[in-house]
Amino acid sequence: MEILGLLIPVSLALGGLGLIAFIWALRGRQYEDPKGDAERILSTEWDDRPKP
Amino acid sequence: MSDATLHDHDARLSACPACDAAPLASRIASAKGAQADIILSLPTIHCATCITDVEGVLNRHPGVKAARVNLTLRRVTVDAPGMSAEELIPVVESIGYEAHELDPAALSASAADRQGRDILMRIGVSGFAMMNIMILSVAVWSGAEAATRDMFHWISGAIALPTVAFAGRPFFSSAWRAISHGRLGMDVPISLALILASSISVYETLNSGRHAYFDAAVMLCFFLLIGRYLDYRTRAVARSAAEELTALEVPRAFRITAAGDEPVPVSELVPGDLIRIRPGARVPADGEIIDGMSEIDRSLLTGESIPVAAAPGLALSAGEVNLTGPLVLRVTAAGRDSSLARLTALVAAAESARGHYTSLADRASRLYSPLVHLMAFCSFLGWYLATHDLRLAVNIAAAVLIITCPCALGLAVPAVITTASGRLFRRGMLIKEGTALERLADVDTVVFDKTGTLTMGVPQLVSINVIPVEARPVALALAQGSGHPLSQALAQALVGAGTVPAPLADLREVPGYGIAGNWQGREVRLGRADWLGAEHGDARLSASWLSLGQGAPIRLEFSDRLRPGAGECVSAILASGRRVLLLSGDAAPVVEDLATRLGIAEWRAGVTPVEKATAVHDLREQGLHVLMVGDGLNDTAALTEAHVSISPASALDAARTASDIVLVGSDLSPVAQSLTLARQARSRIKENFAISFLYNIVAVPIAIAGFATPLMAALAMSLSSISVTLNALRLRR
Repeated sequence: MEILGLLIPVSLALGGLGLIAFIWALRGRQYEDPKGDAERILSTEWDDRPKP
Repeated sequence: MSDATLHDHDARLSACPACDAAPLASRIASAKGAQADIILSLPTIHCATCITDVEGVLNRHPGVKAARVNLTLRRVTVDAPGMSAEELIPVVESIGYEAHELDPAALSASAADRQGRDILMRIGVSGFAMMNIMILSVAVWSGAEAATRDMFHWISGAIALPTVAFAGRPFFSSAWRAISHGRLGMDVPISLALILASSISVYETLNSGRHAYFDAAVMLCFFLLIGRYLDYRTRAVARSAAEELTALEVPRAFRITAAGDEPVPVSELVPGDLIRIRPGARVPADGEIIDGMSEIDRSLLTGESIPVAAAPGLALSAGEVNLTGPLVLRVTAAGRDSSLARLTALVAAAESARGHYTSLADRASRLYSPLVHLMAFCSFLGWYLATHDLRLAVNIAAAVLIITCPCALGLAVPAVITTASGRLFRRGMLIKEGTALERLADVDTVVFDKTGTLTMGVPQLVSINVIPVEARPVALALAQGSGHPLSQALAQALVGAGTVPAPLADLREVPGYGIAGNWQGREVRLGRADWLGAEHGDARLSASWLSLGQGAPIRLEFSDRLRPGAGECVSAILASGRRVLLLSGDAAPVVEDLATRLGIAEWRAGVTPVEKATAVHDLREQGLHVLMVGDGLNDTAALTEAHVSISPASALDAARTASDIVLVGSDLSPVAQSLTLARQARSRIKENFAISFLYNIVAVPIAIAGFATPLMAALAMSLSSISVTLNALRLRR
């Protein structure tokens, strides 16, 4: 049962990581244009080099 | 502030009727001088290539720093200091995309975004907490004992308490507002359940008790916030689209100064200013013509379909359209003092008379929340008196509150409204008011306006056969030289018949009269009867005359073009057993003609704006629920007076503001479909109430009897929420 003392904090930390990622995405306005983002990935414009 | 607007169904117009009637004027007045990005509306973009094309062409254009397309809103935001939208629109149009300027001051997107992000953040936090607590709870439900169970409870509590405090804040503040106003809204039992469940769980944990309701408290937050978010989305989408309609009309006037014409915002005009009104433009302020001859289209204000001749001395009202010649106007009243003020008085009167509509959700919660409190209190009292065990009694009362808590009820209405208005949106109807859909379901009488609503307000040539074949090329050449609607209609009809224009010399437009030219040495004219020396005759139809320089002038008759779908719409409404009335400000023969064509038995012509409002009011007095469909300034009071109202997107800003629903396309048939869909939505809402009550009827006796466990609370909550949502989604098809 001692493993619980390790596993519970680990699982909470992993969940927390997901939460932080979500909040970061939200703050970064990544939910502003869901339709546009779905289409942008199909464009080949920045395939060879990243957008400056 | 953000919370205040989350759930206030009754925060409607009222506080400042003038601002509601003139939303743009007030917003511009408050946001003057802010140099913002240029926003263009791109109604035709739809794919990845469109995005790349538009951004590419704008970014390559000299002077543009950055351009970003938003496909969801179909807009592009351009950062180009010192450039104007007029310079950028041709750039976008050069690669084949339609572009319109949007007034950034009229788009309050940023505030709304913050509110949406705020709810999403709370959903995210409570979702994270719910998953973790649920994992710990499964261990407890599976039979964890003694120290292990206590530890799990402690960890759950450590996650749940901050989560409930953060994610439950919208409910707490809304409940506090309700209590301080002496009301019992839906949020009071929700808040009570959250607080009671958290505190009883803390107490139980401290005393190594068997049951803790941390999972239930967090789950309650999570599901209810989803309901809130759906509610918010529906409103935000409708609001942003309605704002976009407003923002499309960038109100500008051309003021005549010593240095020439200078474009100024309409809100900056003052009485005494001289302004120039170009042909085709809308009159921006009330005033008197001091120079120029033209014709004026008053249909939006009075319903008259025939243009009026305009000469110096004639008074014009804001909202009329100048047709042929440029005019110089001396402003007599501008902005909020103009004819809008008169309208505002009418709207304010009707607004105060409009019975306050109580939504189905409010009625349900008014019935439900006292009952919930009463049941929880009774079970507490009963158990306490029977056992004298305070801890047990509070535990059972908390269980009753959690089980009866309107979790599914909070989703029942928003889920249905979201799906139904999403479906109406795809058909081209925009719901502006939260309760409009429910009110639409009550409708038993439909009142239509004529000009601009049942008809397009655009003339159409009755018959091309009156023009001799050899005269057609001349007529086309004349018609193409003028921007007058009758000429445009004639040109369209002739081009449709395959005519090629004849070469004309000395083509000139005589504002207010018509257009003249020289053809093979003969003077040819197209225009008003008196200018060509003819009698106008029957006033039933608008007419124009064509003179070929010899023989009698030819009379060309025009009728107002029916709005597409108008016939289907009226016959579908009549077939559904509802009463249909036609109230128009136009002349009797024209109205009678239209009423006969559409099969409307009850019609009135020559109705003034006040009479329209009175007619609608009388119908309401008879206990009828009236749907008013209209577009003009003369309809605005009636739109406000009616139970629910619809206006087409071509309507005046003020009429759109007064109505609950805006018809985006030009087709009228969605109106009839929306009546059916509204009935379906209302019955879906009632079914949802029935489903959540059913779960309660099964679960409440168990809770009162003291057999409820946290596992059961969690099951009942999620099952009822999911079944209610699925039932709402059935409307999508």
